[in-house]
Amino acid sequence: MSVQTTDYSVSEISSPASFLTSRVFIYGALVFWSFICLFPIYWTITTSFKSAVDVTQGHLIPFVDFQPDWKGWRSLGLSPDSITQTSTVRDEFFKRFMNSVIASVGASGLAIIIGSLAAYGLTRYRYHFAWFKNEDISFFFLSQLILPPVVLALPFLVLYREVGLLDTRVGLILLYTLMVLPIVIWIMRDQFNSIPVELEEAALVDGLSIWGAFFRIVMPIALPGMVAAFILAMVLCWNEYFFAALLTSTDAKTIPVMVASQTGSQGINWWSMAALATAAITPLAVIGILLERYLIMGMTAGAVK
Amino acid sequence: MADQTLPTNAWPANGVPADLIPPGRKRLGFALMAAATLGLLAVIALQILYKTEVTTLGFDTWRPIVYAYVLWGVALGVGQVLTRGEDGQRALFLLPALLFTIAMVVFPTLFGFYIALTDWNLSSFSGRKFNGLDNFWQMLADPYYRNALFNMVLYVLAVFVEYIIAFGLALLLNAQIRARKFFRVVFLMPLMLSPVAVSWMIGKSLMEYRFGPAATLARHLGWDNPAFFSNPITARISIMVLDAWTFIPFMMIMLLAGLQAMSREVLEAARVDGATTWQTFWQVTFPLMLPVSVTAVILRIIFKLKLADIIITVTSGGPGGATDSVSSFIYREYRDRSNVGYGTMLAMAYLVIIIVFVTWLLKFASRFVRNVN
Repeated sequence: MSVQTTDYSVSEISSPASFLTSRVFIYGALVFWSFICLFPIYWTITTSFKSAVDVTQGHLIPFVDFQPDWKGWRSLGLSPDSITQTSTVRDEFFKRFMNSVIASVGASGLAIIIGSLAAYGLTRYRYHFAWFKNEDISFFFLSQLILPPVVLALPFLVLYREVGLLDTRVGLILLYTLMVLPIVIWIMRDQFNSIPVELEEAALVDGLSIWGAFFRIVMPIALPGMVAAFILAMVLCWNEYFFAALLTSTDAKTIPVMVASQTGSQGINWWSMAALATAAITPLAVIGILLERYLIMGMTAGAVK
Repeated sequence: MADQTLPTNAWPANGVPADLIPPGRKRLGFALMAAATLGLLAVIALQILYKTEVTTLGFDTWRPIVYAYVLWGVALGVGQVLTRGEDGQRALFLLPALLFTIAMVVFPTLFGFYIALTDWNLSSFSGRKFNGLDNFWQMLADPYYRNALFNMVLYVLAVFVEYIIAFGLALLLNAQIRARKFFRVVFLMPLMLSPVAVSWMIGKSLMEYRFGPAATLARHLGWDNPAFFSNPITARISIMVLDAWTFIPFMMIMLLAGLQAMSREVLEAARVDGATTWQTFWQVTFPLMLPVSVTAVILRIIFKLKLADIIITVTSGGPGGATDSVSSFIYREYRDRSNVGYGTMLAMAYLVIIIVFVTWLLKFASRFVRNVN
């Protein structure tokens, strides 16, 4: 690494040449990694407009190498000429899409509600449940993070069959809530810790109840943190595949399961697969661009002290 | 993580303190909790009797038990407020999450330990049979499971390579550059994409043997036969690369936050003392970044231990189980053979291994950070 030469504040004055080298290196590395991050996405989007010949000959640049065509999107029923016609694939896609939306929004919402309450309680009060103190309860919640999905998957398969929650969106919501709850508690604990206790003490003196102080004073301040936790939880739920693949079959199937079932079948057309992959990643790519600030806030909560 | 917990008596008591609650209200609360508990137990007992065909009265599915549990939880919460006043209101913050997690984790895990001791194949008609430790002995003799565990070791070790790349990227983003926000969004992008879509985008099309651009590039670079997933070693490396591509941004963001939180004065002081950039990095930046690094690496290892999606969708564990992670192996054990009993035993053994490993890791990491600083 040429970290040795990136001493810009000194080299700026002393030697313009080495300053230039370090600039070239830094921007070169940045552009190189941007290429690594973006090329697969570029490849997928362009492939959805290719025909068989363009795929096999490895054409890369639209309008120069090959003439784009709505082929892939037509097979999904999402191209301009097929959007008005009825399409079973499109209906299927939107059904899966709605399942994903409901499961991820529902689970993130539920996790935010119960997770924020628990995190608030844990940062502000002392609890004794039998021999469990605050630290033990916090550890109990956070330790769920190491639980691999595979441990719960088979027992849940059997239990859900018994309680009639197999292949339902409610079943998915409950499991996803469990999956993101430790992360939500982790983020929200950090948030509540950064709010001075004096604010609530003043509110209590003014006659608010404990819950009144929480809803009227603390919640508005912690709202950005809650948004951050919500978005991070949503990303995790949206991309979840393992539970969805095991516990859903027809009604509650989500987008990742649909994508995976398509890749599994042999001889699938690249263009339609690429269109499906593009459609599956677009919502989160948009969220990533627009709400990047909150995502970073969620991921760095508690990491830097 | 320091808890800013306060002793309860530090609060101005404007609610109802416990000793001022009228005895009638207390009695009502206790009666409610007792009634709810009895009701829950009665419903469960009734259902067990029905399912074991002792009585004819009961429900077709166990779902009413779920409703009964929720009602019991509500009654418990109300009872807490009635009997303990303000303390009860405080307990109410914690109760929903606690009851939810206990119902969703503790019970299924205990149930899982029971399933692990049975011979239960969902596709056979014989139903489940208790067979003691048979699954356990079968597991010890299973070369594919050992192989999957060994692969997990390799996959976890790959985290350190990811860490080096992530650190480099974080340093790049922390340098004085233009368009920092643009590059940050771009670098973060892979983390947003669903692993299943990535499996197709990269694993199944970019790295495709015949016309994938990555294979074409490899041919140009002199690799005659760029079959990424047919040789055990390249297949493992390809899976690691795929997983790294998605998750490097996660560590990068944490490390970047650490770099940005570092005080400028320390770096300035090092520079004034005449340290080169190389020395500054190893003597100042790296040691100061150690706590963040350890957190990032541990979190990443925990996520790595759950690795399954990419393997299931790209290689299904192949060639010959060479890329299997424990999760993907158990997934196929269920999907292909419906072997719930044995699969659960494998999962439970994995859980025990993970708990021991992560506990050791946390101890080791905290001692490591202490020793260096």
